[in-house]
Amino acid sequence: METIKLIIDNKEVEVPKGTTILNAAKSVGIHIPTLCYMKLEDLHYENNPGACRICVVEIEGRRNLAPSCKMECTEGMVVRTHTPRVMNARKTVMELILSNHPAECLTCSSNGHCELQKIAHDLGIREIRYKGDMSTFTIDRSPSIVRNMNKCIMCRRCETMCNTIQTVGALTAVNRGFNAAVSTAFERDMAGSTCSYCGQCVSVCPVNALSGRNTQQPVLDALADPTKIVIAQTAPAVRTALGRDFGYEPGTLVTGKMVSALRQLGFDYVFDTDFAADLTIMEEGTELLHRLGRYLNGDKEVKIPLMTSCCPGWVSFVEQHFPELRDNLSTAKSPQQMFGAIAKSYFAEKLGIDRKNLVVVSIMPCLAKKYEASRPEFSVEGNPDVDYSIYTRELARLIRYANIDFKELPDGEFDRPLGESTGASVIFGTTGGVIEAACRTAYELYTKKNLDKVDFEELRGLEGIRSATVDFDGTPVKIGIAHGLGNARKLIEEIKNGTSPYHAIEVMACPGGCIGGGGQPFHRGRMEVLRRRAAALYREDANKPLRKSHENPYIQQLYKDYLGEPCGPKAHELLHTHYIDRKEVVGMYTETEKSK
Amino acid sequence: MNEIHLPKTKVAELHAICAERNNDPGELINILHAAQGLFGYLPPEVQQVIATELNIPVSRVYGVVTFYSFFTMTPKGKYPISVCLGTACYVRGAEKVLEEMQRQLEIKVGETTPDGLFSLDCLRCVGACGLAPVVMIGGKVYGRVTPEKVRDILSDYYLKEQ
Repeated sequence: METIKLIIDNKEVEVPKGTTILNAAKSVGIHIPTLCYMKLEDLHYENNPGACRICVVEIEGRRNLAPSCKMECTEGMVVRTHTPRVMNARKTVMELILSNHPAECLTCSSNGHCELQKIAHDLGIREIRYKGDMSTFTIDRSPSIVRNMNKCIMCRRCETMCNTIQTVGALTAVNRGFNAAVSTAFERDMAGSTCSYCGQCVSVCPVNALSGRNTQQPVLDALADPTKIVIAQTAPAVRTALGRDFGYEPGTLVTGKMVSALRQLGFDYVFDTDFAADLTIMEEGTELLHRLGRYLNGDKEVKIPLMTSCCPGWVSFVEQHFPELRDNLSTAKSPQQMFGAIAKSYFAEKLGIDRKNLVVVSIMPCLAKKYEASRPEFSVEGNPDVDYSIYTRELARLIRYANIDFKELPDGEFDRPLGESTGASVIFGTTGGVIEAACRTAYELYTKKNLDKVDFEELRGLEGIRSATVDFDGTPVKIGIAHGLGNARKLIEEIKNGTSPYHAIEVMACPGGCIGGGGQPFHRGRMEVLRRRAAALYREDANKPLRKSHENPYIQQLYKDYLGEPCGPKAHELLHTHYIDRKEVVGMYTETEKSK
Repeated sequence: MNEIHLPKTKVAELHAICAERNNDPGELINILHAAQGLFGYLPPEVQQVIATELNIPVSRVYGVVTFYSFFTMTPKGKYPISVCLGTACYVRGAEKVLEEMQRQLEIKVGETTPDGLFSLDCLRCVGACGLAPVVMIGGKVYGRVTPEKVRDILSDYYLKEQ
């Protein structure tokens, strides 16, 4: 490979041809601040519009300063990254950005982890010399995401994520000057756009222009209400990421402390969504075997491949962009909704209380889960199965709000019966985990044999699209896995073209799966954060005494006492759902001769 | 959003405009240019048809339409008025002419009168600086326009419509 030698801040650097100054500097430990630039190499995400100009450097022999994120190294180049001229330019750029950014840091929910705030602080900005007009936009509140364009710095990270990685095409830059903003087609509300609420735009926003909807107050109100029994369910990915907000290394499992914190917050029962994930596997695994059996017997009507339905961002993407394939989705509800349905029937009956006096709060790594919880089909007489869904960062805020010293908490244990789970359910939180869990159970149900090796290594990893053939005792079952909606779109195109080789497909809307969800503490472009979270889940799985969903004794008891058979009538009533055609015809054009 | 129905023949022409350029997203600006020539403006329905033909999100089409000031989502009037605000016209009082136009028509720049007769825009230099200030209505050029003349100019068109 051709390499180039150059000097950055008196250090000799040798890099492959084509390397930018920014990356060359990084390779020798020189940090150049960036604002619009972001790269997640494993996910092929790179936002590099050269828009903000914070990363400018001085190059000997060049008249003007150069943006280091764009400028490629050349042989013999001499670069200086913090001369007075560079620092002066950076400060001016920052002041200009701040002159059109509301100074609301103290009341902003990104206070303390805002990238703009950090760089302004590092640059020592004490005064903004530029005063004048500012943008004024109305705030757009969808069920999951809040869009406040007054805070937008036009870095375009969200637009790149929404279009290039997710291929949702909801967000775009519109208008010019003070009217310029990231918006939707025809500047509708996000709720009226093609947005699937995956929340990845929020994950990459350096400021607070895009943020999650806040539901902390109603949760606090419920906890303070003596007439309510409040129960928590926690999704698997939360325990790998929550610690980040309390100073733990990325990927530290804080399951026990999280349970204790929830108890201290006043939850009457602390349960685990993992229990419902085991239940999902029972239903979805059984459904897969039903469909597969019919398919192998030559039934042309049966919809194959079966697509997983745990991820509400993905479900919403199918309903909006490919409604003709919605019957391929498993009818099994997501673990969040299965938990809600069981809690407000089986568990409420066990306690002998009315479901209206039971408040179910889910703690999710996800913003789309808020939307999912609000879907009308997931409620009984106006009472939702899941009352409130809060995301990981919101839980961290609640813990700080209640003055809980997280690091000093003892390790607590989940309550029974809805807190018991197997290793299979833990890995739901990472890409490939749901289908691996389904294979563990479906294999044993189908072959009636014991599965010796429960680790399906071939289904793991961070490749955008993966495929594997799992041998079900002579029957090869072909499995496809995608994470990120752009990758999922490729699998969907194959189904539409009739070239899909798969029997079952797992999709997670967020890159990396739930560990990279829109509600998680921010990765800020550090890929290893996601890798470590995934590794933590596989570690927890390996440490569990039970690793197959159907071996969960409380699941077995639930079927025995209450549900009957998997996919039976009672299970169908409580644990399955249907999907809706949400393909939106924007502007509805009809071919008539009405106007000329 | 108002429901606007596009005439069938024009939709067919729009499909042809896209097809001529191989439905290539890289041709988006040229296609929008031609589409605006066809419809006079770019309503959401037209943008949606183009997005579908080019297989790109309609948000992207909308982003381009709102970025370039040439593109408009407002239908132009039967008699589109352009007031030149180029340097020569400006120093000879074009701004006062524009103000008078807005007062007489009761619309702002970029808008169209409710009866659909007039739309008002400004532009920069039509190359007739010797006649400054210049106003164009449709293809017709009016030179040395003063605010006092605006009413007479407009009344010719009102008379024509009666």
